[in-house]
Amino acid sequence: MGTLTIGCFSSLVSSKSLDFTLKLAKAAVDKGHKVNLWLSGNATGLGKNHQKHLKDYSTGEKPALELLEKGVEICECEACALARGIHKPDGIPGIQWNAMHWYLAKIYSSDRVLHIGGE
Amino acid sequence: MSDIKCAFVIQRPPYKSETSTLGFTHAISYQVVEMLLEDGQNVIPTVCMVGEGVLNLLKDQKAMENYGVTSIESHGKNGLLVDLDILVCKEDLDRFGISEDRLLDAEDMGADKKLQIVTYDEIQKVMEDSNHLLFF
Repeated sequence: MGTLTIGCFSSLVSSKSLDFTLKLAKAAVDKGHKVNLWLSGNATGLGKNHQKHLKDYSTGEKPALELLEKGVEICECEACALARGIHKPDGIPGIQWNAMHWYLAKIYSSDRVLHIGGE
Repeated sequence: MSDIKCAFVIQRPPYKSETSTLGFTHAISYQVVEMLLEDGQNVIPTVCMVGEGVLNLLKDQKAMENYGVTSIESHGKNGLLVDLDILVCKEDLDRFGISEDRLLDAEDMGADKKLQIVTYDEIQKVMEDSNHLLFF
């Protein structure tokens, strides 16, 4: 089994790229792969807790919690989150906060990297 | 363990989104990645500016005056200061009519590195030689 690192920069509601990322991460970890997920830019909105799942909008909190339970490492860019008014006490427990070198370090030990850019 | 080469391919224009800024800041973070790696491990980044991405390298940007943010020019200069290899696609510069004297440098900051204007073929070789590609 391999190690897959995904970097996602797209926001949750205004595109489907982050939804795709979460589904891909689940598919990979269910097949037994190690998965790392880096969230930067608008994707850091995923890390906010107490998301209300309105049916017209995608939601990330429940899938993120499921991924964490399966052992996926999720980390978001602290500066990107803070700039958007998301503070650590508002974060989903288990999602790490770090800086961009976390992503590069995970890339180092990955067999594959999938970088999903932002808007 | 050998080094891992990453090509950061920046193709988005400046300021329309934060994409190109994030390309630079992620590449520059290679400076501290060793903190999270074992001895002898390293990530070697190369920044490749293609398409509208070359517009990020124009000098005399007024981002602070207009937007109240650090300019992408500053990120480019910081990249040179920390010895990033920044390749610029010659064909795309020609397409936009941008001469070399309109591009940033970091001599005033004491950087030894300069932008490297190269043909797309050379950028293609760098991408083929990289372990991972990250498009911004």
